[in-house]
Amino acid sequence: MIGGRQRFTLLQRLLHWLMAVCILAMLFIGVGMVSTIMPKYLTLVSIHKPLGIAILVLALIRLVVRLRYGAPSLPADLPEPMKLAAYLSHYALYGLMIGMPLIGWAMLSAAAYPVVLFGDVRLPAILPHSDSLHALLWNAHFYLAFVFFALILLHVAAALFHALIRRDGVFDAMAPVSAHDEVAPAE
Amino acid sequence: MTQPPRSSTRSVLGSLVLIAVVVGGGAAAFAYTAGWLSPQRLTPDKLVDAFTPPTGEPLGHRRNHAKGICFTGMFEANGAGSALSAAQVFIRGQYPVLGRFNLGTPDPNAPDATVRVRGIGLRISTPDGQEWRSAMIDPPFFPVSTPQAFYELLVASASKDPNAMKTFAGAHPEIAAFGAWAKSAPWTGSYAEERFNSLNSFVFVDSSGMEKTVRWSLLPAAQPIPVSPGDLAKRGPDFLEQEITERVRGGPLRWTMVVAVANLGDPTADPSQAWPEDRRAVEVGTLAVQRIQAERDGPCRDINFDPTVLPSGVRTSDDPFPAARSAAYAKSFDRRTAEAKEYPRTATDAKP
Repeated sequence: MIGGRQRFTLLQRLLHWLMAVCILAMLFIGVGMVSTIMPKYLTLVSIHKPLGIAILVLALIRLVVRLRYGAPSLPADLPEPMKLAAYLSHYALYGLMIGMPLIGWAMLSAAAYPVVLFGDVRLPAILPHSDSLHALLWNAHFYLAFVFFALILLHVAAALFHALIRRDGVFDAMAPVSAHDEVAPAE
Repeated sequence: MTQPPRSSTRSVLGSLVLIAVVVGGGAAAFAYTAGWLSPQRLTPDKLVDAFTPPTGEPLGHRRNHAKGICFTGMFEANGAGSALSAAQVFIRGQYPVLGRFNLGTPDPNAPDATVRVRGIGLRISTPDGQEWRSAMIDPPFFPVSTPQAFYELLVASASKDPNAMKTFAGAHPEIAAFGAWAKSAPWTGSYAEERFNSLNSFVFVDSSGMEKTVRWSLLPAAQPIPVSPGDLAKRGPDFLEQEITERVRGGPLRWTMVVAVANLGDPTADPSQAWPEDRRAVEVGTLAVQRIQAERDGPCRDINFDPTVLPSGVRTSDDPFPAARSAAYAKSFDRRTAEAKEYPRTATDAKP
């Protein structure tokens, strides 16, 4: 163990990397689908909806797991502003992982679109039909997507900063496999 | 275990460069996907912008087919469609319809006599929670073969270059047939006398998984009575809306829905080409229009008649238009719902 630190549990690491792939795919699909009128528009939309709901489910599981198992503490020598940035950005990431799918679902509901996941599997409307709610939610979904992607870039930059420059074990805590031959953490 | 050594200045610099490359590369890939690096990409925004009439964007209104009137009614399925599609809407029974008669113009104030293309939007709901939305028009074929050509047509028609349309017609000779239709097809004095066509093809899937590519039409029960454009111009600017309101007061108006099945080799991907008349045609039911409501306070106003909202048993085909229409209709819907204050309701109890 590095400086008494623990890694995230295997389940947490699995959820993190699975969701990383899903969320990146989701953001690229989202920004791609709204910029085309080609037949792939329909294909992308038909992936965007079920993938969003999958992310919502995974994020809720992840939140429960996080509340149950917690997270390794940050290095004691990490400057306070960086610690604060780490805490705030993680609250924001959790908020977006759960909020974005809900906003998308609510937005489709407010537009009276059927929310089709695949085939006959449809979700109920979670809001009444309303043009003002639709406009509000559409703007939220659109702008928060860019905030989400910017946060992910920041998150990646910070992870690499920890991995390559500080080498303080923060990246290792979430790495799929440990870079150091540490003993398995007590989970 | 001791902490691994912190990096040297040189490797810190290398690491910072690596981080910058990763973050910059990610941002660039995102920008590319969003189309920000491809100004020539035909985006929904560009397509919808191309509809903007000289009078400016019709704030709060649909960006095309901007003038219309709502109706409600029933689709009475006769059961024959079940041979082609497993959708519940084809099982013998009555299913509620929300619809909209409309004019193919981006100007919500266009006088009715000035608009050549008339249309109908439909949303048929079934008890299984599914919906079939369709937006149809009265020409027998579409002016052009591809969404890209349609965009170019919009640009050419709005162009100040006197040769723009000639150049366009040279590159897209299929437009000539539409021009001939627009010039020679008789006009009528009523939405009730129009035949409306899906023009786009879709795939019907029956309960055994068999697929057939189809187009559908609504054939009016009312006998079309030709009226010259000159005579129509003498009627009021909203004569179509007044006429249909009056007519429905006298009892429901009906259309027969006919589904035409493509033969192998028919141009399923090109709505500018009609299929031969002898194709298998199945009458699947009747649309009954029972009540008319003004759009401003009506239930159709905030519905997007997106032709890709389909029940299980119907899906899109190789026709590229439904996808393009879906993307453009969504954009139009997003804009007008955000501009609702520009087109305020007058009744307080009108919310559907």
